[in-house]
Amino acid sequence: MAVAGLDLTVEARECFGLLGPNGAGKTTTIEILEGLTAPDSGEVEVLGMRWTRGTGESRALRERLGIQLQDTQLADKLTVEETVRLFRSFYRSAHSVEEVLALVELEEKRTSWVGKLSGGQKQRLAVACALVSRPELLFLDEPTTGLDPQSRRQLWEVIGRFRAAGGTVLLTTHYMEEAERLCDRVAIMDHGKIIALGSPRSLIASLGAEHVVEFALADGSGRPVAPATEELAALPGVRAVRPAVDRIALTVEEVHRAVPALLALLEGRGAELSLLATHHATLEDVFVSLTGRQLRDE
Amino acid sequence: MSDHPLVQLSLARMREFYREPEAIFWVFGFPIVLAFALGIAFRNRGPGELRVAVQQGSGDSAVAATLARAPGLSAVVLDSSQARLQLRTGRLALLVVPGETVVYRFDSTRTESRLARLEADEALQRSRGRVDPARVTEERVTEPGSRYIDFLIPGLLGMNLMGSGLWGVGFSVVQARTKKLLKRFMATPMRRSDYLLSFVLSRLVFLFVEVAALVGFGWWMFHVGVRGSLGAVAGITVLGSLSFAGLGMLVASRARTIEAVSGLMNLVMLPMWILSGTFFSYARFPDAMQPFVKALPLTALNDALRAVMIDGSSLARLGAPLGIVAAWGLVSFVVALRIFRWR
Repeated sequence: MAVAGLDLTVEARECFGLLGPNGAGKTTTIEILEGLTAPDSGEVEVLGMRWTRGTGESRALRERLGIQLQDTQLADKLTVEETVRLFRSFYRSAHSVEEVLALVELEEKRTSWVGKLSGGQKQRLAVACALVSRPELLFLDEPTTGLDPQSRRQLWEVIGRFRAAGGTVLLTTHYMEEAERLCDRVAIMDHGKIIALGSPRSLIASLGAEHVVEFALADGSGRPVAPATEELAALPGVRAVRPAVDRIALTVEEVHRAVPALLALLEGRGAELSLLATHHATLEDVFVSLTGRQLRDE
Repeated sequence: MSDHPLVQLSLARMREFYREPEAIFWVFGFPIVLAFALGIAFRNRGPGELRVAVQQGSGDSAVAATLARAPGLSAVVLDSSQARLQLRTGRLALLVVPGETVVYRFDSTRTESRLARLEADEALQRSRGRVDPARVTEERVTEPGSRYIDFLIPGLLGMNLMGSGLWGVGFSVVQARTKKLLKRFMATPMRRSDYLLSFVLSRLVFLFVEVAALVGFGWWMFHVGVRGSLGAVAGITVLGSLSFAGLGMLVASRARTIEAVSGLMNLVMLPMWILSGTFFSYARFPDAMQPFVKALPLTALNDALRAVMIDGSSLARLGAPLGIVAAWGLVSFVVALRIFRWR
C-alpha cells in the first residue's frame, strides 16, 4: 500500500505542497485526487465534485482541472504549437495557443519540434498543456525535478502568474526551497502518511528555534573528546541536538550566544573543528527532526 | 471544425507518421521495391535454353548437331563421367547416349528435364525421317493477367494493408502508453472513442496514398491493370485497412513495451505472410489446411483483391471473403475496446 489514511483539505486559491522523499506516496496521492488512480477506500472531493459519480461528472470535472504528470513524454515529432493545439481541442473553453505560449514564455519555440526542446522548455510545455484549459485547479507532480536552477526559477514564475490570476495549485516536490518559496501550506509525507501539516513558517517554528548550527570534529581528535549530547543541549540558546553520521546539528535560538559557548566547550576538550556552519532552519530540518533521515538521498 | 479533438488527434497521428522517414519507406517504398525486384526476377521470359549433353561415342557429333538445331536446346559432347556429374548437379537437363538404341538419361521429377526429353526426342525422330500425320500451327499469347506480376501486385497490396494497419496502430498505441502520453490524455476530458477513431481516420488518408502508389507503380512498370472497377478496389482496401487497424488495436490493447508488441505483431503476421497466398498460391498447401488458410483475414483480402483486379469480379460476388475480413476487424475491435489498457 503506497498511501494510507490520508486526510487533507486544500483551500481555494492556495498553493498546497506535498513534500517528501521519493517513494513517500506523493504521486499516488496526487493521482488519486486527479481521478487517475482509484483509491481502495475513502472519499475524494475536488471542486465540489466526485470521480465516482459517472463519466458525465468526471468529464465536467476534467474541464476544470489542469494536470501535469511526472513522467509524460510528449510526442517528439510534433511542434510546440501543434502539441498545445491538440490539448486545447479536448476542452470546451480554452486559452488560445498564443495566450498559453505567452504564459509559459515559449513563443519563440512555437514552431520547434518538442524533441528539440531543452528539459526546462519541455517542462514548461507540459505546464502549458495543463494551463491551456484555463483550469481552476492546477496539479503539478514534481514540476522542477531534474531542471537547472534557471529553468526552475522560470517555472516558479509561471506558477506565480497562475496564482496571481486566482488559481489554486497542488504540487508535489522533494525540493524544500521550492516548497518554502511557492507553498502557502505543505504536508510532509513519509511512508504513505502525512507526518506534518502547516505553513512552511509554522512548521519551521515548530522546531522551537530558527537557526541550525552544524559542526564536525577533525578525524585526529578522536571520539572521546566529543561532548555528550546532554552537554550540548545545556549550552545557552540550544533547543535540540541531532547527531548525524558525519556531523552534529544543533537547533538554536540565538546563534551569537550558542556558537561562542560551543567553541569554548570544544576548546576546553582540545577538540579540533573540521566543519562549522550555520543556516536558517528549513523544512529539510523539520523533516530530519521528524524522521531522523535526510530528505534527499544524497 | 478543425479544432475538433478527432481532427486534431488525426492530424497528430499523420504528422508523427510522415515526419518519420523510416516509416515512409516501409509503408510506401518497400512494397514498390519488392514489386520491382520480384517483377524483374520472375518476368515471363519462357523456359530459356535447356542444356543437353551427348555422351562421347560413335555418332555423337551428328546427334549433337541435330539437337543443337532444335529450338530451345543447346547441346554439348561430354565424356561419360563428366556428363553424369553435370546431370547429377543439375547443370544438364538431359543426357543422350547415342547408339543402336538411343538412351535418354534424366530426372523425371524435373520439369525442364522432361521438357528437354520431349524436344530432344522430337528433333531426333524427325531427323531420322518421322512424319507427323496431323498438321498443326502455333499461336503464342502473353496476356497481362496471367503473369506472375499480375498475381503478385494484389498480394503485395494485401500484405501492405496488413503491415501498415498493424504497425501503424499497434506501434503508436504502445508508444503512447510507454511514454505515459495515454495516461496524460486520460487526464483531459478527451473521449476515448475520439482517440481510437483518430487511428482509423489517419489510416484512411494514408491508405489512399499507399494503394495509389502500388497500383500506379504496377501499371506504369509492368502494365498490371485493374480489370474490375477501381471503386471496388477502393472499397475492398478500405475494408481491409479498417479490419487490420482493428487487429492492430487488439494486438496493442494490453502490451506495455515496444518489444512485447513487436513480438505479438510478428506472431500475428508471420503465418499470414506464409500462408495467405501473397507470393505464391495457397492452393499448394495440403487440403487439410485449406479451411484454416481461407479463414485468415489476409487470405480473404488477397482473394477479393485478385478477384477484382485479375478476374474483374464485382463486389456483389465477393460476399464470402469480404465477410471474413469484416468479421475479423469487428471482433478484434470490440475485444480490444473491452480489454484496452488506458494507462
